[in-house]
Parts: sequence; structure tokens; C-alpha cells
Amino acid sequence: MAHPSDRLYSKDHEWVIVDGDVATIGISDFAQDQLGEVVYVDLPAEGDALTVGDAFGEIESVKSVSELIAPVSGEIIEVNGSLGDSPETVNADAHGAGWMVKVRFADESELADLLSGEDYDAFITEG
Amino acid sequence: MGYIPVTCEQREAMLRAVGVPSIDDLFAAVPEAVRLTQPLDLPEPMGEIELASHLANLSAGNAPATELVCFLGAGSYDHYIPSVVNHVLSKPEFFTAYTPYQPEVSQGTLQAIYEYQSMICGLTGMDVANASMYDGATALVEAALMAARVTKRHRIVCSPTIHPEWQHTLATYAEAGVIELSTFAPVSAEGLTSLDGTDGLESLLEGGDVAAVLVACPNFFGNLEDLDAIGRLAHDAGALLVVASNPILLGIMEPPSTYGADIVVGEGQPLGNAMSYGGPGLGFFACRMTHVRQMPGRLVGVTTDTDGNRAFVLTLSTREQHIRREKATSNICSNHALNALAAGVYLSAVGPEGLAGIARSCVAKAHYLREKLLATGRFTAPWETPFGYEFALAYEGDVAEMQDALLSMGYLAGASVADVEGEWPTGIDENLAAKLVLFAATEKRTRAEIDSFADEVVSL
Repeated sequence: MAHPSDRLYSKDHEWVIVDGDVATIGISDFAQDQLGEVVYVDLPAEGDALTVGDAFGEIESVKSVSELIAPVSGEIIEVNGSLGDSPETVNADAHGAGWMVKVRFADESELADLLSGEDYDAFITEG
Repeated sequence: MGYIPVTCEQREAMLRAVGVPSIDDLFAAVPEAVRLTQPLDLPEPMGEIELASHLANLSAGNAPATELVCFLGAGSYDHYIPSVVNHVLSKPEFFTAYTPYQPEVSQGTLQAIYEYQSMICGLTGMDVANASMYDGATALVEAALMAARVTKRHRIVCSPTIHPEWQHTLATYAEAGVIELSTFAPVSAEGLTSLDGTDGLESLLEGGDVAAVLVACPNFFGNLEDLDAIGRLAHDAGALLVVASNPILLGIMEPPSTYGADIVVGEGQPLGNAMSYGGPGLGFFACRMTHVRQMPGRLVGVTTDTDGNRAFVLTLSTREQHIRREKATSNICSNHALNALAAGVYLSAVGPEGLAGIARSCVAKAHYLREKLLATGRFTAPWETPFGYEFALAYEGDVAEMQDALLSMGYLAGASVADVEGEWPTGIDENLAAKLVLFAATEKRTRAEIDSFADEVVSL
């Protein structure tokens, strides 16, 4: 599966789309596939601070529970509340409607550690 | 389960297999200085007849509550246990069952737990109950920890009228740093939680950083707290309301959900479990569905199998240690399934009307006992506060002497407040605490027993 090049990916399997100073964050299609049927997503609240590399929430599938690791730092300005009622959206559309949080992000340099779609594909193939 | 000792040949074979010459060599890693070098100081072996007689003699030294007229309470109550309870409990399918991880072979155990959970929900007015905790104290602690997770705050305000031993358990967890306990004003002159004043609940909540207010109703002194007022103060400050209650009284009282309780816990021993010198108990734990993912403990749910049949399974297991390891909602990874089963069978046997009848009987008898004791002239009332089936009175003389004298006549004459407070004073005046005795009367007590007891008190 090829991951689109319109965004960046972390080695913890989150994606980031940057638009001005707003970064939208979700999990990769590969990640949702590995997790299996997602049954619950625990997300932070608006106004909470994200720190790159730290857990900011949890995603639970029928098989396991994993932490969501922040790919960039920033303050949360929006949370995808619809995942509360329909967590399965993460499986159906991980790169679109299954987005998780939007943050006001401050430090461009954090993007340097993220991978392109092509590099991420190579990373997950190496496994 | 048979006990099959190992034979000399088997022992030799095992030693050869692991490659050591003797059993002692297996302990080579243990330093010489800490090894026991002499035989254990044990009495000579006995034959079976001799041993059975020895054990019977030891046992005869006990004074079980069932053979005395019991006015003891303070957390453990002498309720009648219908005979069906122990009949169901002693079925090996229940008695020996292990954790029902495999629903395909555990439907009976799972359904029994599910029924227990449903009945606890009915009693407490909450949406969901877990399969039990160890006892009331651990259930209260787990409620505090859960409130901290839900609110992302860690300050806990605990009413001083909660059972001192429960407060002690809470303090033990607070020492580990996960929660911070805020101390309250002393017990009010009415034997209740103080709401106003410098250290009252209202001022403690001012900082807006409190995760939960913990309160017991009835409280340690048997008194009924103003849950409505406490609940409103807690919620206005963004804190959860945790109520510890008595399951028998819940048969007639408004469920704590009426007062906005977010978590309801309590000691389930009164429901078909023996006093057994204080244990094992049964912690019941119920909460609102919105917080279920932060709830500790095992949970059984109902579903349908592939053939469309109603079926029971452990559910939301991802909260638990066997999946989430150190991030689990609780470090308690077990439950008191057999005690919960006893509670479930008890509640099924007595039914809602039966339970209400038992509760009414307890309340009436306790109020009669209090009147009779006050009429002896030996006791005075520290307060006139509504109570359930337990109350505190101040004795004019030495409490221990009074209790000893009455024990020799076959009565368990209540619990000394100062004794129970032990290491965890409730903040009640020390001189008063030394005189206070907690009395409980259950449905088992008769008018004749209560009258004779009062007569004996007069004769002291």
C-alpha cells in the first residue's frame, strides 16, 4: 500500500498535514490496518498542549490498545469529536474523515524528523 | 485435588535431570548466613484422631458472632444468611471455577456475575457495576483513582466520617503519590461532614482542583449525610461525587444516583456473606456509563453468539492488566467472585420487597435499641441525627469493662469508636471518642434480646 505524498509521517505511524501554522494529525492507513477494527479513540481536549514524542491519546482496537504519539508539538485547537460515536471511521478513512486533532504548531524544525510517503512506505516494508 | 508427595526415586530422577547432586545444592545461591541451619521448631506430629481433637479444642476457644447476641457493626454486620446462599456457593462449578476468560466453557459463572452486576446497578441507581473489588476500602480507593483519571486532577477530598480503616487504606495509596488527600474539618457536632467553616467542604473545593469528594452515607457513626448538598458542592467545583453506601439500606433509601453520585461503592458483606472475623469482604463498585472506560475491575457483558443465542463474555478487557499491563485502570487484577455470587444469590432469594422488609426491620430494631439504651441512664446521645441501623452513644463508665462484662453474658456490646479509630482518628473530640460505642441491630435481633440486653446494662 502506498501512502500519499500530500503529508508527512512519523515512525510511530501518525501522519501530519501542515497548512500555515495549523497541523492536522491522524494515524496512517498502515497503522489502522495493523490495529484492526478500532472500537475507541481517547483524545485530549481543546487547549491541551502536545509535546513531540509524548503520548496524547489512546486508540483501542478489538486486539489491543496503543498510544497516540505526537508527531509535532503545539496547542490543540480542534478535536475530531465524531470519532467518539463512530471510531470505525479511522478504519474506513484513516487519511481523511478519521483525522484526530488539529494543533497550532510552532516549531518548523520538528518536521525535519518526519518521513515522506515514499520513505514511510520503505520504513514499514523494512519492518 | 489430591496431595501426592514425591517419591525418593522421583526426587533422584529430577536431581539427575537438572544436574545437581542434592537438594541443598539448589539453594547454593542463598547466602549461608540467612539459611536455616536447624529443624523448624514445631511440635511432634499427631495422628489423625489426635489432630482432629486438637483442632476442635482450638476452634472451641473462638466466640463466633453466630453464638452470641451481636450488636456489633462498624463495617461488618450480623445479617441472616438464607440457606440457599451456601447451597449455591458450595456447588463445585462455582466454588472451584477460575477466571472465566473462555466464554465457551464459562457461561454459568459469567451469567452469575452478570446478574450480580445488574442487581448492584439496581440498588445503586448507576448504569454499570463491575464484578467486585476486594472490600469496601479498596473499592473506595479505586473510586478515588478513577476520579483522578476522569477529571485529570489528583486532589481527593475525603469526608472525616468515612470508616477510619478505609481512610487509612486511602492514605496508603496517597503515599505512593498518585493521589493527594486533602484533610477536612473535624466531624461536626451532629456527627456529620462539615460543609462550611474554615476547613469545611466548601472552602476545600475553592481551588477548583479537586478530582472527587468521597463521602459515606450512612457514615462511620451510622448517620445519614446530606448527600444533596455535598453533591451540589462537588459538582459546582467540577469534582466527581463518590458515595460509599450500605447495600441493605439501599433497599429502602433513594439510590445515590438521585443525588448525582458519579461512583457508588461499598462493603457488600451484609449481602449473604458471613462476618468471618472481618473477611473476606466484597467491594461493590458502580458508575455512570460515560466513565466506563476508566472503571477498574472485571466486567461481564451480554451479547449474542454466532447462532444468535444470548451469551455472556468478559468485556472492555482492554482496561485490565492482562492487556494494558502497567497502564491498566487498576492494579487489582482479580475479584471476589464467590463473595459476589453470595451477594447475587442473597439478593435473588430475598427480592426487592424482601430486601426493603429486612432494611425496615433493621432500622426499627436499631431505633428501639437506642431508646432502650438511653432509658438505662448509662448512655447519653452525642447527637440527634437521622441514622440507619447503626448509631453511636456515649457510655458513662469504662467502655472496655462494660464490653467485657457483657461478653461474659453472651453479648457483643458494640464497637468502641476509639478502638476502631486506632491509627486513623476521624478528628472527633478525643474525650468523646473514648466514650463512644457504635451499636448496630439487624433483623436477627429480637425484642426479647434487646430488652434483656438493656436489663443487663442496668445491672452492671
